[in-house]
Amino acid sequence: MTSASAISITGLNKAFGDTSVLKDISLEIAPGERVVVIGPSGTGKSTLLRCLNFLDRPDAGVIRLGDLTVDAKTVSHADILALRRRTSFVFQNYALFANKTARENIMQALITVKGQSKADAYTRAAAILDETGLTKRADAYPAALSGGQQQRVGIGRAMALDADLMLFDEPTSALDPEWVGEVLDLMRRVAEKRQTMLIVTHEMQFAREIADRILFMSDGQIVEQGPPEQLLENPQDKRTKAFLRRVA
Amino acid sequence: MRALDLEYMWDLLPVLIGYIPLTLFMALIGMACALVLASFMAVERIFRVPVLDLFVRLFISFFRGTPLLVQLFLFYYGLPQVLSFLTSINGVTATIMGLTLHFSAYMAESIRAAILGVDRSQWEASQAVGMTQFQMMSQIILPQAARVAAPTLVNYFIDMIKGTSLAFTLGVTELMGATQKEAAGSFLYFEAFLVVAAIYWIIVEALAFVQRHLEIYLNKAHAR
Repeated sequence: MTSASAISITGLNKAFGDTSVLKDISLEIAPGERVVVIGPSGTGKSTLLRCLNFLDRPDAGVIRLGDLTVDAKTVSHADILALRRRTSFVFQNYALFANKTARENIMQALITVKGQSKADAYTRAAAILDETGLTKRADAYPAALSGGQQQRVGIGRAMALDADLMLFDEPTSALDPEWVGEVLDLMRRVAEKRQTMLIVTHEMQFAREIADRILFMSDGQIVEQGPPEQLLENPQDKRTKAFLRRVA
Repeated sequence: MRALDLEYMWDLLPVLIGYIPLTLFMALIGMACALVLASFMAVERIFRVPVLDLFVRLFISFFRGTPLLVQLFLFYYGLPQVLSFLTSINGVTATIMGLTLHFSAYMAESIRAAILGVDRSQWEASQAVGMTQFQMMSQIILPQAARVAAPTLVNYFIDMIKGTSLAFTLGVTELMGATQKEAAGSFLYFEAFLVVAAIYWIIVEALAFVQRHLEIYLNKAHAR
């Protein structure tokens, strides 16, 4: 499941009204790289992820994913669909389809978006359910699942898409502490497959373990970045130092 | 004061029951057409398609703003005078048309409200996995909106069943028309209309029974 496409983001800008949330962000992600984004609340981390699949529409910037190039200034409806079909997204609030069972949540896009047969989608979903430890809860609706189970389905739904880039938007922030561990364990297993991942999280220990690179964002900019040891042990910018002192 | 003529009522019952199928036929076809039309208009109102939005708003405004009886007379007596190909429109067709257009205007608004009530996360998740807008609406959003809209839609259906009685003003011999004729022959107006009132009431109560099961079905994803 190693993803083959490199991702390159150039000059990404986004404002909500008069507030500039992303200021000229540029970023390259290599195939199989696992990048974690940390930083204070309200600095545009989630917006960065949401701009990469156009859940939020960037005002400017170019996103390249393999042979697909999407320019925010000239983007078409087809570009947006193509981009979304090559990325997958794990939401903070799980965002499972409320009218679908756990199994159907995983099968849904395989059938409607990827055009797989029901039988193929079922087989794939069964494998994912097994991997996420949810086989016994396969026919439960989201409302009947715990937060941890819901988020595992959410990750499973994203895994099934075999995306070039998996985006995780604070996947454990809405969870009760008792469910955080099982969700992080699952993400570790995804990371072990060298799936390309871009993760926004406040779980520093987890970031240190799985990240190839950590980005520190503040005020809509990438302030500094580097391997976990370097960024966490020996930060250069005073904003990074201040942030790490607060979360440590 | 005189006693009720119970024997007359008993004899009238099977005669009137024979007209139930026509009443249900008009209501069911009207409801099916109105549901399709209303869903279409509700989705349009959400996405606000240029130009089309103007027509939909005008449509809803007109059919909510004028009495059903006026609309039925417009279709049945009025339209054939200006559109020559409609000379053969019969009372049943005109009634179904009137009920469809009239109630779809109301239903569009309650479906629209139900769609707006579907959590934003459901739209975003559909978009994030790469669904088209049609796939998102038909498979995720509308099924969830249906659960919210169901009680009000059943209410409109009840209203529509009773609305079929206006067909009698277009010369259709349905439940109401048949009762009117029977009563005019026997002069037992009170008995005749008491029987027909009971029949409508029982139909609506039967529907309320179906409604309870429909709601259990629609709520199955939300049971804990």
